Amino acid sequence: MTAATRPSDRYLELVCPAGTPAALRAAVDAGADTVYCGFRDCTNARNYPGLNFDVDELREGVAYAHARDRRVLVAINTFPRAGDAGPWHRAVDQAAAAGADAVILADIGVLDYATRRQPGLRRHLSVQASAANGPSLAFYREHFDVKRVVLPRVLSVADVAQIVAESRLEIEVFAFGSVGPMSEGRCFLSSYFTGLSPTSEGACAPASHVEYLERDGRMFSTLGKVTLNSFARGEPAAYPTPCKGRYVTHGRASYLFEEPVALNAISILPELKAAGVTALKIEGRQRSRAYVAQIVGRFRDVLDALARGDAMPQGLGDLKGEAEGGRETFGAYHKGWR
Amino acid sequence: MNAVSPPRLTLGPLLLHWSAEKRRDFYYRIADEAPIDTVYLGEVVCSKREPAAAAYFDRVAARLRAAGKRIVISTLALVTSKREIGHIRELAAAGAMLEANDVATVQLLAGAPYVAGPHINVFNEGTRDFLARRGAARIVLPVELSTASIRLIARGAGATEIEIQAFGRQTLSVAMRCYHARSHNLTKDHCQIVCGLDADGLTASTIDGREVLKINGTQTQTFEYGVLLPQLASLRDAGVTHLRLAPQDIDMVRVADLYARTLTGAVAADEALAELRLVTGDVPYANGFALGRAGAAWSAVPTA
Repeated sequence: MTAATRPSDRYLELVCPAGTPAALRAAVDAGADTVYCGFRDCTNARNYPGLNFDVDELREGVAYAHARDRRVLVAINTFPRAGDAGPWHRAVDQAAAAGADAVILADIGVLDYATRRQPGLRRHLSVQASAANGPSLAFYREHFDVKRVVLPRVLSVADVAQIVAESRLEIEVFAFGSVGPMSEGRCFLSSYFTGLSPTSEGACAPASHVEYLERDGRMFSTLGKVTLNSFARGEPAAYPTPCKGRYVTHGRASYLFEEPVALNAISILPELKAAGVTALKIEGRQRSRAYVAQIVGRFRDVLDALARGDAMPQGLGDLKGEAEGGRETFGAYHKGWR
Repeated sequence: MNAVSPPRLTLGPLLLHWSAEKRRDFYYRIADEAPIDTVYLGEVVCSKREPAAAAYFDRVAARLRAAGKRIVISTLALVTSKREIGHIRELAAAGAMLEANDVATVQLLAGAPYVAGPHINVFNEGTRDFLARRGAARIVLPVELSTASIRLIARGAGATEIEIQAFGRQTLSVAMRCYHARSHNLTKDHCQIVCGLDADGLTASTIDGREVLKINGTQTQTFEYGVLLPQLASLRDAGVTHLRLAPQDIDMVRVADLYARTLTGAVAADEALAELRLVTGDVPYANGFALGRAGAAWSAVPTA
């Protein structure tokens, strides 16, 4: 088992997903420096059945992590519906009471609440706030004293470097997992098809609205009765997320928004380090404990090698077997993506 | 009798990419004929389109002002480059009333009055109040909100004006990637401005032939025209102060006239819908978000 590194001699902080208490322990055991999780309700952007934490589970998770000198962040990163801010405010208070090391927030009203009511609780800005430029980061720093910003997955490495240089904040970027091509926190595609809002209910493409139908020997995947893809019998069917579907334009069907691929930035970690990034985020609170352990372990090994000054280890960067659709991308980090 | 004064009509920013001449002729006609209170100019979608708006900007603005229309300059929904930030900084320094669609613009305005645009997530009273205390004179709510949410936010808004889009395609997402370019096997950096080929957006259909989305450069929009005519009375009761008509490539003067007459009660909502159909051709309508349902849903039944 690899130990996580002390902050002082860290190459990059490794921030890992925990959809369940078991995944939290698996991530810590596999070498996560930091784990992030959410409460079991609409206050976080992975509000799926069977996932997330209640207050007691969070307290136990924090104890497990702190005993091993790791940190726990709580994502409260959806946008409260009008007249119903109670669950979000309660989540902030409960995260503080459970001893969480920081909360990851997106809504300006919730940030305002946390700043006033829990001033001692460290605040990070969620990717859901879609803050992709220097002045936006300055806004959240000045008004809410956020210490860290998770950058949207829309920026090239050069863009990231410029933001790091301009802001006086810790910058966290996505390094692995499922990526949406849309500006985060402002995508209404799933609610357009289903009526459930990822933005305020925390569930994009909820399974309750997904159906697979067989027609003429092919499988069709649908979301809210809208066909998003089709597959030959026996071909693995990707999950029907609106931005990963196939659409017809100019008479031709294509993955108009994004191919079914996973982000994997493991081979450009030195570039991200050089850009001044503080922390790497692994996406996937909806994934299994085994998946989390494997990805985290791989990143731990590579980060440890880089911290020792070794060359990028050969073969460790290939995670296609774990990637969505079995394919990988650098996403927006390389400018040709857009 | 309701004491609340009826909402005023606004013309939202042109989200489509039209030639300089088409824009000029469109706004001249709006200036001369449309019962519109505020016209939003400025580019929200892509800074590469800005020259087409700049060409006749001064003449268009002068004509709109001479016709008694207020002008607000809308700004980009996703700001990333230094040049884009510099452009917003210049607009702010010039003292123009801006619509902020990225928090960057709010920050660059440093407390000066502004309009918070629909791409700034104002989903609740807490966010409304925070922005209102720091210069948001008007808030244009996100298209995803239901009339129930709109009511709650409008009710306690005090002096802050509340606007909601009541006509036109609803923007469902914004991105760094240009899907219009991608549909032509191009990238954003070498796009040849192909978004200009589709004056009312590029249709995207499902693989089994259902028209579902419109692509507009880096934006994705509803295929349907959003039509909140059945909600007008309810929005008026809620204290919504402004109703936005989003420009489409149709007779927007007639659309504005129809909404104006519906607001004054000169025409009933069901008659207005029948008349609107003559202007919009066979493009379907949607008001699902307002109803708290899937955004693509439609009901002509008036909301209480």
